[in-house]
Amino acid sequence: MATLHDYDDIPGTTVFDAERSRKGYQLNMFCMSLMKPENREAFKADERAYVDRFPMTEEQKQAILKRDWNEMIYLGGNIYFTSKIAATDGLTFQNIAAEMTGMTQEEYLQMMIGGGRSVEGNRSLAEQLRG
Amino acid sequence: MAKIIAGVGCSHVPAIGAALDHGRTEEPYWKPLFDGFQRSKQWIAETKPDVVILVYNDHASAFSLEIIPTFALGCAAEFPPADEGWGPRKVPVVKGHPELAAHIAQSVILDEFDLTICNKMPVDHGLTVPMSLMFGQPEEWPCRVIPLAVNVVQYPPPTGHRCFMLGQAIRRAVDSFDEDLKVVVFGTGGMSHQIQGKRAGLINSQFDAAFLDNLTEDPQALVRKPHLEYMRDAGSEAIELVMWLIMRGALNDDVREAYRFYHVPASNTAVGNIILENA
Repeated sequence: MATLHDYDDIPGTTVFDAERSRKGYQLNMFCMSLMKPENREAFKADERAYVDRFPMTEEQKQAILKRDWNEMIYLGGNIYFTSKIAATDGLTFQNIAAEMTGMTQEEYLQMMIGGGRSVEGNRSLAEQLRG
Repeated sequence: MAKIIAGVGCSHVPAIGAALDHGRTEEPYWKPLFDGFQRSKQWIAETKPDVVILVYNDHASAFSLEIIPTFALGCAAEFPPADEGWGPRKVPVVKGHPELAAHIAQSVILDEFDLTICNKMPVDHGLTVPMSLMFGQPEEWPCRVIPLAVNVVQYPPPTGHRCFMLGQAIRRAVDSFDEDLKVVVFGTGGMSHQIQGKRAGLINSQFDAAFLDNLTEDPQALVRKPHLEYMRDAGSEAIELVMWLIMRGALNDDVREAYRFYHVPASNTAVGNIILENA
């Protein structure tokens, strides 16, 4: 049984704590390997073969291959690590952040130019449930 | 004797580094941001610090999940720019100040802050972007830099109170270093932002303005702010703001706010910049 934390109540937010770090260790260490240019090349040349070098779960591997950024986070990935996959793909933090929200790139860009997402109504799941 | 004369708060968004490195500072999206830093650049050019103690966080560049130091002080002679997945930024190698760094390490450890000492450490955008924003694009950085990396990647980061007290201990260490050096402390990261999950893009300008007000006038109001409040009200990555409290702790109780700039957005982030001079 996982412990409940005060921060679990923040909507649309995953706090990368020790438990998630443990769960995502291999996934994040795979991401870390992409810091080296030769590894980026090897990954790009044959993604499946490259992810198989790391003792990740099949779920984690599929999330990477599908570039399912939210799923990677759910499976223990940390954004500063998974962003190294994005960098390998030529994507920015903004690109993957937009994708995680489900908005189009243009919608997200415009939201940010307009001052970003408001905190009103986005503070608490309990508050959202109460409506 | 060495002396801390001022503190600088500054966000460290990677896209800012990319905009600078690719010559895009005059584009309409970026121009207001770079214009906003002109005063700060002028200030630091006139202030001419000998050493900058730069508080920042590593973003899975020097530290993976193998070793996660809460506070890591760079004691090396040089720190190369890190390859964060798109090749290292083409910025000068950061020159350290090993003698002062070693003195700080020794002093604060005996002052009960158990730092990790790093004699080899690449530095990522967390350090190099504030350097670029404050010093522009010189061939060589005009001062020595002592990096102080703080874990904000794996929860929990150190508390704001702990950060503030570390700043005070650093102040005592610098004050007791027997060489005439002008030292400026940078606190970097923040301000409000969230770069993950469905709530990505969160910005809270009111929160940021209050943070800046309190940083100058009433830092004690900030040091007990719980992590949850940063994450809930200003985005999960706004927790980086605890690093600004190390800078504030290293200053006098009374400071003069010489400059403040705030801009939304840079990529996913609200950018803040503040200069606090010891009164």
